Amino acid sequence: MSGVDLSVKIGSLVLQNPVMLASGTVGYGNEISEYTDLSKIGGIVTKSVSLHPRKGNPPTRITETASGMLNAIGLANVGLEEFIKTKIPFLKNLDSTLICNIAASSIEEYVECTKALDSEETVKAFEINVSCPNVKDGGLIFGNDVNNVRKITAKVRAVTNKPIIIKLSPNTASIKDFAQAAKDEGADAVSAINTLVGTAFDIYTKKPKIKNITGGLSGPAIKPVALAKVLEISRNVDIPIIGIGGIMNWKDAVEFMICGATAIQLGTVNFINPNASEEIIEGLKNYCLETNLSKISDLTGSYLI
Amino acid sequence: MIEKNAIVKSVEEIQKGIFILKVESELSALEATPGQFCNIKVDDSLTPLLRRPFSICDVEGNIISFQFNIVGEGTKILSQKKKGDILNIIGPLGVGFNYSGNYENAIIIAGGIGAAPFPFLIEKIPNNKNIISFCGGRTKNDIISYKLKNVITSTDDGSEGFHGNVVELLESEIHKYDKAKTKIFACGPNPMLRALSKFTIENGYECEISTESVMACGFGICQGCNVEGVHSDRFLLVCKDGPVFNAEDVKL
Ligand SMILES: Cc1cc2nc3c(=O)[nH]c(=O)nc-3n(C[C@H](O)[C@H](O)[C@H](O)COP(=O)(O)OP(=O)(O)OC[C@H]3O[C@@H](n4cnc5c(N)ncnc54)[C@H](O)[C@@H]3O)c2cc1C
Ligand SMILES: Cc1cc2nc3c(=O)[nH]c(=O)nc-3n(C[C@H](O)[C@H](O)[C@H](O)COP(=O)(O)O)c2cc1C
Ligand code: FES
Repeated sequence: MSGVDLSVKIGSLVLQNPVMLASGTVGYGNEISEYTDLSKIGGIVTKSVSLHPRKGNPPTRITETASGMLNAIGLANVGLEEFIKTKIPFLKNLDSTLICNIAASSIEEYVECTKALDSEETVKAFEINVSCPNVKDGGLIFGNDVNNVRKITAKVRAVTNKPIIIKLSPNTASIKDFAQAAKDEGADAVSAINTLVGTAFDIYTKKPKIKNITGGLSGPAIKPVALAKVLEISRNVDIPIIGIGGIMNWKDAVEFMICGATAIQLGTVNFINPNASEEIIEGLKNYCLETNLSKISDLTGSYLI
Repeated sequence: MIEKNAIVKSVEEIQKGIFILKVESELSALEATPGQFCNIKVDDSLTPLLRRPFSICDVEGNIISFQFNIVGEGTKILSQKKKGDILNIIGPLGVGFNYSGNYENAIIIAGGIGAAPFPFLIEKIPNNKNIISFCGGRTKNDIISYKLKNVITSTDDGSEGFHGNVVELLESEIHKYDKAKTKIFACGPNPMLRALSKFTIENGYECEISTESVMACGFGICQGCNVEGVHSDRFLLVCKDGPVFNAEDVKL
């Protein structure tokens, strides 16, 4: 029996399977396409794009920590114009569902970027990044204030009919309030989580290991936190959740879906195993066969508490 | 570049704390350019999590060698590998040395473990060129000259060869070589490369340097290995635009 239905729905967006690649961990798809077949994945979320190009933070931008890493890339990206001109044409030929992640330092900038990309047929949905911990202007300033998240969602909703996913920060006391605000203002889904603020110091030089002092923690170290956030949203808000945080293999993916995720995104694992997505899709299929699940979507929120 | 499981053939401590790891792999070894690197997962565990980058030291048939010293957990694990162990390797990655051209003297500058990429380079440099290797270290125990040619040494403490650093050694020797017919290839710690670049730029020598940076992916998707470029308003990526750069193109 190979008849497992791996497809999942996020608002009006149908994905062939729940495995997506997370923003900022696969660039614009070209490099990783040498290692993995992007036509097989559920979707690819591009590096956060902002209205104008951003150079990002000076080196050192990353450092390894126990079972994880800190990054303070600082939203380095080519900017909206270049993205439309040079990245979209490549992404068009990928034969993969393209979700565009947008970052901004003002509410107007979110709106302007969404508007400009709305007419691009290749872009199937938007992920709104209100949770980048590594830039001074924007990012977490929005993600930490539920009223801002409300405003951004409403304004972006007004300029596109495509599905909107609000990417939430774990650096808040009550993530469910943010998910509820996103839902109230018409978001189709939320993704959780972005990175956790962290730091690391060299004990001999007494200096921070990354120039920005703090960075975003990602990788297997954050998985329990991410799962708890997904579960919190799932138990309190009726909105599709995309689970992110430390997923290394298919078992982790299953765990996220049980805790309430409709789909999942792979981040840090892409750096270590650029073919992880294909392996995880295969693993999910086998798990469904093994446990007699005919539709993987039945796994979502199947926790017994 | 591809991802492959390679079989460990041997790990040998060639001098105190310096190891040569040999692996067998179909990994497009033949297409590799000296100065390129491989990104190695030292084991399957979550700590260390990330791959570790190492220059290709030598290629013989389908055997690739790496030369390394022990820095932390990753290199320690690597030094304990046994014949028959499997290592997952991505490579060859990055931009290597450009050793074509009509120079006559190839001057190699190696600071400590910076000697790693040069056996492969020496092998590829056409036979009609004159190769001289300047190797520096803090003490005589830090000098590595594995498979290098015509070695001249320097030590910071004067325990062997020239008393001083390797850039000072070069400065005292370089008058022997015709500038227009000389190309310098260097690898070593950043302060050394900075001093060298300053010298070669001011004095108009052709010079390529192999740089290092912390890396997460090694193939251009994490943006973590940035370095300031001279002619570019964006950052350069050590893993993709380098690790070998023309000395005048990067600000270290
Ligand atoms: C392109 C390139 C080629 C290299 N070639 C060689 C080589 O041929 N031989 C050799 O001995 N070493 C080489 N290095 C350095 C080597 O990658 C580090 O020594 C190694 O990653 C240390 O890992 P660790 O776990 O032992 O140390 P730890 O200090 O425990 O590592 C912690 C983290 O810091 C990173 N890190 C530590 N030191 C360095 C460094 N010098 N450069 C980059 N990242 C570092 C590690 O990758 C890891 O993510 C190269 C580095 C680069 C970027
Ligand atoms: C190097 C790096 C860059 C990232 N850049 C972005 C980004 O531009 N936009 C964004 O929304 N998330 C970004 N993220 C966060 C990831 O998309 C993801 O939410 C986070 O890393 C947690 O997942 P993981 O543990 O699987 O990596 C980045 C993460 C890393 C490690
Ligand atoms: S190491 Fe990831 S981009 Fe260079």
